Amino acid sequence: MIRFDQVHKRYANGREALAGVTLNIASGEMVFLTGHSGAGKSSILKLIALIERPTRGQVWVDTQNTATIRPRGIPEFRSRLGVVFQDHKLIVDRSVAENVALPLIIAGLSQREIDKRVRAALDQVGLLDKDKLRPLELSTGEQQRIGIARAVVAKPKLLIADEPTGNLDPELALEIIQLFKRFNDVGVTVVIASHDVHLIDHLNARRIVLGEGRVTGEAPPHAAQAAAQAASHASLHTASSAAGRPPAGTPR
Amino acid sequence: MSVEAYFTRHAQTLLGSLGRLVSTPFASAMTITVIGIALSLPLYLNVFLQNARIATENWNQAFDLSVYIDKKASATRTSLIAQQFRARSDVASVRVILAAAALAEFRSSSGFGAALDALRDNPLPDTLIVTPTLSASTPEGGAALKSALAQVPDVETVALDTDWVKRLYSLLDILRRVVLITAGLLGLGVALVVGNTIRLDILNRRMEIEVMKLVGATDAFARRPFLYSGVWYGLGGGLMALGLVEVGVLALSNSVTRLATLYGSSFHLAGVNFGTGLAVLMGSVFLSWLGSWTAATHHIKAIEPS
Repeated sequence: MIRFDQVHKRYANGREALAGVTLNIASGEMVFLTGHSGAGKSSILKLIALIERPTRGQVWVDTQNTATIRPRGIPEFRSRLGVVFQDHKLIVDRSVAENVALPLIIAGLSQREIDKRVRAALDQVGLLDKDKLRPLELSTGEQQRIGIARAVVAKPKLLIADEPTGNLDPELALEIIQLFKRFNDVGVTVVIASHDVHLIDHLNARRIVLGEGRVTGEAPPHAAQAAAQAASHASLHTASSAAGRPPAGTPR
Repeated sequence: MSVEAYFTRHAQTLLGSLGRLVSTPFASAMTITVIGIALSLPLYLNVFLQNARIATENWNQAFDLSVYIDKKASATRTSLIAQQFRARSDVASVRVILAAAALAEFRSSSGFGAALDALRDNPLPDTLIVTPTLSASTPEGGAALKSALAQVPDVETVALDTDWVKRLYSLLDILRRVVLITAGLLGLGVALVVGNTIRLDILNRRMEIEVMKLVGATDAFARRPFLYSGVWYGLGGGLMALGLVEVGVLALSNSVTRLATLYGSSFHLAGVNFGTGLAVLMGSVFLSWLGSWTAATHHIKAIEPS
């Protein structure tokens, strides 16, 4: 579903966010990108969503080389993608239902179809009764669930989330992560950037550890605990050797 | 996208844009008033011009003929010719201006008194001012009368006095061009005012546009509500311009009618007719749409999620 091949990203201010990232994420996987802030988690997600373009290297999403997508093709590309943000990015002067409906309105569905799918999405995140409210009338956790409902309402094959639990207390964070897991269970590929190691430990999911713009560690399912330790102790020293090599044991 | 869904969506966007304008009544009223005033200026000029045309419509026919008599003819001969002309069925009246009287008037009014004294002979001829009857006051009738009078012995030349009407009409023509130029400049101003308003609106809603683009909106989709805002501004401004001009016409109407009565005319000040009104509304909507399209295309393209 996602393949990064020796990807470098240097921003206009000279900061090198990614320094040769190679990774593979298979269709149907649920993957966490972890690492300290500034390690390159957000940059990877931005490259996937075509918010940024790589300085060097290639990014493949859904068997498509993103370098071949022209600016004109970006809206169509993004409409096949579900994106969740730490700050929710909800439109505050529109109702919850209107926020969730936005991708469907853009896709040009009929009002009846939109109503049906919005109700289904709100039901999935457990906020069916809040559809008439404005986002600011909801709690932070509820706002995040609205953001997720909006991301999944158009039934994307790929869902990416940047620190979706960043502002939530542990209990709410776990609920949100379990929500992502439920979408993953029905076949959606899920990529979540998060620095919350304890939270990830609760889940049986693959983890890609980043440090200073490189992949510094990998933890396959069932070995999350060990990988967390390995990453925290040895990541900086193994960084150069791990970078540039496709992670072992990951399907492509 | 089904056709029905397409139109439903456009209708919703149209009403949504109107709702947004209504939700900020003061700012919207300001913009609409600026458009209204800008468009009312050329419209006022146009109303003036239309009325000037109507008022002078009959003047073309109210002409006189000046008949210059041969200088060798005597004053008696001149009054005989005048009598002959008065007898014609297509002549309403004849006024005689004898050479001596004409010179005396010229001497007193021109200030060339001393210079005229140097002349041995009176250079002016006897003149008859011939006014045709109303039924003969057509371009053809005037021309026929002119050639008939020119046949009479001792008549030197016959001049048709329509030059001043021609001058008036070319003056009105210049005014018409002034109206067009003014309308063009102020129309450009309307497009710019709306464009600037839309620009501010877009900057205020930057975050919303970013979100839309993140979930797959095209520039055209994000632009649409702003284009509809432009259309509403144009419609509002056009209606305000028509209203302003109608109020002005009503305020002037009584005075103009009184003035016309003093001149024995039944002239009434006419307002904006239906065709012009429709053209003003369509032009206003188009200009506002153009302004918002330019601003929205430019500024929405510049907003990219980061």
